Parts: sequence; C-alpha cells; structure tokens
Amino acid sequence: MRAYSVCMAVREGLLALLHEGPRYGYQLKTEFEAATGGVWPLNVGQVYTTLDRLERDGLVEVRGIEGETAPSQKTYAITVDGVAALGEWWEAVPSDDPPPRDELMLKVLMAIERGDDHALRVITHQRTVLLTLLQAKRKERRTTAGETLAARLVTDALVARAEADLRWLDTCEEHLQHRPAPAAVTHSNTSTRKASR
Amino acid sequence: MTTDHTTQPATDAATGHAAVEFFDVVKRFGTGSNEVRALSGVSLRIEPGEFVAIMGPSGCGKSTLLHLAGGMEDATAGRVYVAGRDVADMSITDRAALRRREVGYVFQRLNLLASLTALENVSLPLELEGVGAKQARARAREALAAVGLDHRLDRYPDDFSGGQQQRIAIARAIVGERSVLLADEPTGSLDTVTSDAVIELLAGLPAQFGTAVVLVTHEPRFASWTDRVVFLRDGRIVDDTAHPVGAGVGGFR
Repeated sequence: MRAYSVCMAVREGLLALLHEGPRYGYQLKTEFEAATGGVWPLNVGQVYTTLDRLERDGLVEVRGIEGETAPSQKTYAITVDGVAALGEWWEAVPSDDPPPRDELMLKVLMAIERGDDHALRVITHQRTVLLTLLQAKRKERRTTAGETLAARLVTDALVARAEADLRWLDTCEEHLQHRPAPAAVTHSNTSTRKASR
Repeated sequence: MTTDHTTQPATDAATGHAAVEFFDVVKRFGTGSNEVRALSGVSLRIEPGEFVAIMGPSGCGKSTLLHLAGGMEDATAGRVYVAGRDVADMSITDRAALRRREVGYVFQRLNLLASLTALENVSLPLELEGVGAKQARARAREALAAVGLDHRLDRYPDDFSGGQQQRIAIARAIVGERSVLLADEPTGSLDTVTSDAVIELLAGLPAQFGTAVVLVTHEPRFASWTDRVVFLRDGRIVDDTAHPVGAGVGGFR
C-alpha cells in the first residue's frame, strides 16, 4: 500500500502544541502522537532534533531547566516569531508537490505507455488491492468501539483518499476503453482494438 | 438454449447449494451486426449469507448479471442456478414463484404499485404467499421500521419523497425470508447519510437472515461494506477480491 506523504509537518505540529503552552520534549512526543490518532509515531530523538532546529531558527526558546523532576528537563516555549510562522502555516494550502506526482498516477501513466492491455491489468490489480484495503478498514471500524476522534479522522482521511484513487482508476479504465484506436496501426483501422481483448 | 451437462453444480441441491451460481454464462442481445454481448462466459458462485458487490464500468454487464441472477432473463448459453435450481428448467409458474419467494429486488428505478399504500406494497409479497393479512402487515411494519419508516404507512407512494419511496422498495425486498437480495445502485436517489444507512442495513442482512446480498454499485464507499467485490469488464470477470488474480502468470513482466 502506498504511503500518503507527510514529510515536513512535524515542525509545525510541535509549534501548534507549544502554542498551547511550554512543554518538555517527551511531553511533545506523546501529545503529538495522541493528536494524530496513534498513526504517526515520533521517536524522541526526532523530537529533539526538530526542537533544536526550531530553536536555531528562533521559533522556539528554552524557557528553563526544571530541577524538580530528575533527570532535569528542558522546557520549550514558542517565540513571537514562532507564533507568526504557525499562523502562516494555518493559512497555507497543503499540497504535495504541484503538479501532482503520486506513485499510483505514475504507475498507471507508465503502464499506458507500455500498452492498453498492460494498463488495464495494472488498473485491475491496483483497484482490487485498494478495495480490499477499504473492506479491511470498514471491518475494523465495525468491530472497534471507543476509537478516539483523532484516530477516526485519520482513518476517514485514508478511506477518502483510497475512494478518490478508486474513482480515478475507474475514469482511467473508461477512457482507455472508449478512446479511438490509434491511427496508422493497421490498414483496417477500426475494431482491431476491441478484437484484441 | 444450449445445454451443457458437464456444467452441473457440484453440490447436491438439498445440501448446501449456492444462493446463486453461474456456469460459463453468455448473454447476447440483438442479432447480426446489432448483436451485443453483455456477458461472455461468466462463472460465479455466491454463497448463502455472502454480501457481494459487482463493480465495473458502465456497459460491463453488471445489470445483466443481476437480471439473470434473479431469473428475470434467460442466458443465451451456460447455466444459472438460483437457490439450487436451474432457472432454464423451470416453468413460467415456477419461475414466478422463485422470484417471489427467493429473490428480493431493489432497483434504481422505483417500481412500487401506485394504487397500494406503503404498508400494502411491503406486505403484498407475503400475502401472495398466503401469509395472513394481519401477520403480513406486522412483518411489513418491521421491515419498514428497519429502513427508518414508521409513520404515514397508510399513504400512497406518490405522497413520499423519492428517497422514502426507495426505502419502501428496500423494505419490500427484505420482507419475508429470501435467499437472495439483488440491489442495482439502490442508493441512486438518496442523500449520503441515508445511503450509508441503507448500505449498512443491507450489510446486516446476511448475518441476520442468511440472505445473500448482491449489490451492483460504482461507489467504492458502498462496496467496502461487502465481503467480496467482483469486477466486470466487457462482460467478463476480471478480478474478485475473494480470489484475486494478482499479476497473473509470469507477473507484470
């Protein structure tokens, strides 16, 4: 199953949590994971590396070192610049990389280059896999109770994307089946495509 | 009709027959240059209590498959068994009884009887089977409640919205213990929330009554409720989530 790209948003996720108030590194890790429904695990090292970069960029500052809980921990707080950067992030429209370049699309486009029959086989296979995934998600949902809102919304997002991919695959199939046969393949230029299936 | 005796069902009709079974079924419409092959050699076994979606591009043969599974049309070649019985071998009367007793339909086009009330439309199949009017109506009320209709049941179809009429049709299809429920884009006229409720309702039937439900849909969202999805293209089965073809022999090389 292909992964939907997530990339750079950890930074902004941490800023959003810090906007609620100062936090320790480990606390950020657990809160981030809870907020993302448990589907986006972070390791502590990744959290500290990100915090170091945020500090370097002046978006976060170390507020103090608390001695009460041993071993002593750094408390991080968002800066004025951090609040501004977070504000820009809320406003920005999320996009992978326009023009769209996802793996499924590339696969189908390349398959069409290779030939319609190959493309139809690839489409059929990808569609079966995606529908099997959707069935599994649906079954999971029917049997699990007490899911957190975050977890539910994450599943909804995956399902909505898989549905969109399936619709797109249907469109590809329709176009492949109804497009006119390429000219100059043969002298009797009709019906060869149909006959070849 | 061509008969091929090598394609009889493997199981005894009295013990564990399929809800619907197709053996190398061909369906052609028209003749000569106008001939259209709707199905080109479909073999498919649907078990009692299975919830199956049939998907594929428009014109792939989905609806034809459903009509054959309901004994509404004859195969040009091959055999179709419904509830363990060969449809081609049945008299017109037997076939009508099979359609009434064993098969429930929900189609995109509504076919409620305009001169009967909602309740009468739903209780009619039971009354035709000789169930007493009182009991038939009680069961019709249950079926209507199951699709979310519990009042104004003495009104006529025209008094209901399109969505409500479809729900009445679904209630009619689920009333009585049918072996097979055939649904052709049953949520076409319903809003999203109502559609989900209807599909969830259909999804509950196999476990509840052992009914096989065959759903023709182009919506992955609805197909995801099923146990199994069969994909058609140009009148042939190209894949089946229960027996995925995968890359096929030799893989994608």
